[in-house]
Amino acid sequence: MSEQVKVHGALAEFDGPQALMDAAGKMRKAGFSKWDTHSPFPIHGMDDAMGEKRSPLGWFVSAAAFTGFALALYFQYWTSAVDYPLIIAGKTYFSYMAFFPITFALTVLFSVLTTVGGMVVLIKHAFYHPVFYSNNFAKASDDGFFVSVMADDPKFDASATSDFLTSIGGTNVELLQEVEG
Amino acid sequence: MQFNQETYTFTDPGRFGKIMLIVGIIGLLLSAVGIAVDAHQFFASYLVNFTFWATLGIGGLFFVLVHHMTGAVWSVSVRRIGEAAMATLPMVGLLAIPMLLGVNQIFSWTDSAMMHADPILEAKLGYLNVPFFIIRTVVYIGVWILLSILLRRLSLAQDSSWGENAPSRFLRVSGPGTIAFAFTVSFAGFDWIMSLQPLWYSTIFGLWFFSGAAVTIYAFFAITSHALAKKGVLAKEITQEHRHDIAKLLFTFMVFWAYMALSQYLLIWYANMPEETAFFKDRWVGTWTFWSVFYPVAGFVLPFVLMMSRHIKRNRWFLTFWAVYLLLFHWFDLYWNIVPTFHPDNAIFSWMDLTLFVGMGGLMLWRFWAVFTRHPVLPVTDPNLQDSLDFVNQ
Repeated sequence: MSEQVKVHGALAEFDGPQALMDAAGKMRKAGFSKWDTHSPFPIHGMDDAMGEKRSPLGWFVSAAAFTGFALALYFQYWTSAVDYPLIIAGKTYFSYMAFFPITFALTVLFSVLTTVGGMVVLIKHAFYHPVFYSNNFAKASDDGFFVSVMADDPKFDASATSDFLTSIGGTNVELLQEVEG
Repeated sequence: MQFNQETYTFTDPGRFGKIMLIVGIIGLLLSAVGIAVDAHQFFASYLVNFTFWATLGIGGLFFVLVHHMTGAVWSVSVRRIGEAAMATLPMVGLLAIPMLLGVNQIFSWTDSAMMHADPILEAKLGYLNVPFFIIRTVVYIGVWILLSILLRRLSLAQDSSWGENAPSRFLRVSGPGTIAFAFTVSFAGFDWIMSLQPLWYSTIFGLWFFSGAAVTIYAFFAITSHALAKKGVLAKEITQEHRHDIAKLLFTFMVFWAYMALSQYLLIWYANMPEETAFFKDRWVGTWTFWSVFYPVAGFVLPFVLMMSRHIKRNRWFLTFWAVYLLLFHWFDLYWNIVPTFHPDNAIFSWMDLTLFVGMGGLMLWRFWAVFTRHPVLPVTDPNLQDSLDFVNQ
């Protein structure tokens, strides 16, 4: 049985943070859409160089925060002023001052859970990534600076994209291949 | 006004300082009429505006101390504005003199008959007496002036030499200085404002006073950097990224202020002890009730929701708006804490609130501008200057 080779994308290594920044600018100018940069540490200004939009996560989180705030306040109001009114320390039933700590805690809890959950949804459950087919890529957590292009990018072509990556200064250009037996 | 973009120095400081000086003198002269008209109101307005403008100098000192203590990089490009703000502290000392002269008009604990009538108040006489009060005020302001002079002198010496050795020299002053600052500011809050109600006490009051000073200095940065940029001063050196950081700290200390105010309120509300609740009961009569509801809404809820967005913080007009708003609220915060002891029935705003605000503000800004324009507006040999100019928020 002959082996079928599936190409997921291409990967190229660059010399350092500045080379990666320059490469990101050229990738963007060349019109690629499904590509990414990988570096051992965050590089200031990389989001702008790549033309990345800001994540919408903040809006989800603020919506969740206000929901948590309102729910906590409402629930405490309902338990202590509607369902089972109880006089505590001579205060009014709806003593919102006393409710603040729980309201605050629930606001934070909703925000945190939404941040984690929203992140998982926004990265489309991508717990695995084709760059891990490359043996060279392990350097990305040490001293390697990489650009990867995915095969589902409309401009992707195995040989032309590899040549392009070499032309903008990439070394160790390789195709990310999955071998299906 | 003429500014040399190469050396970052003013060749001509322009008319701003003179205008402020004239405005200040006119404002204070008009206010002086107020002593004859209504001395009671005059000293109420005086204390509100004195503490308001004092927090500008205190805030400037706080910023410079923390800047050196943390080894902050981003704030190098706004450091000279902070240093000029703390250089207004000698003016604060000058403005404290009428408060010390009017101490009998301002503080009820100067009435010895009242103090001896109550055993609790009688026990406080060892602390709350006029000579000790004057000594303490002189010590507080003296410590602040001393720290500001030392830090400013080091900063100017840095311009001519030893750029690389700067951090350790600054730390030698700012380390002990921060401790001295924490004590003096807390006790200034206790003495100048909390002792208006001699029976009442709140241990968090000093922190509340400090939080107002921190809000003031970051609001001041936002406004001055905007105004200076329009005149072409530090227009490229204080970037959107720096303003974003200023905005974040302004927001932070607004929340910190709310946290202090809420902590004070929540504990007093919970314990429900008469000697503590008196403070809030006094602010729940007449039109004070309205202002007591206004207080948390205008001071926290509105700015928290409307200033949170990154887009607001990075827009210089929005940021300037919120800086002015929070400064005005800080003034009202002091008013709400001080004036109920002078007008217990209803909130009364007076023309003297305005003339003293303008009068003291004129003198403070005159002093600020004179110091700011005298030397380069950037610490040009600071080892972190280039990193500060290149600074980008992530």
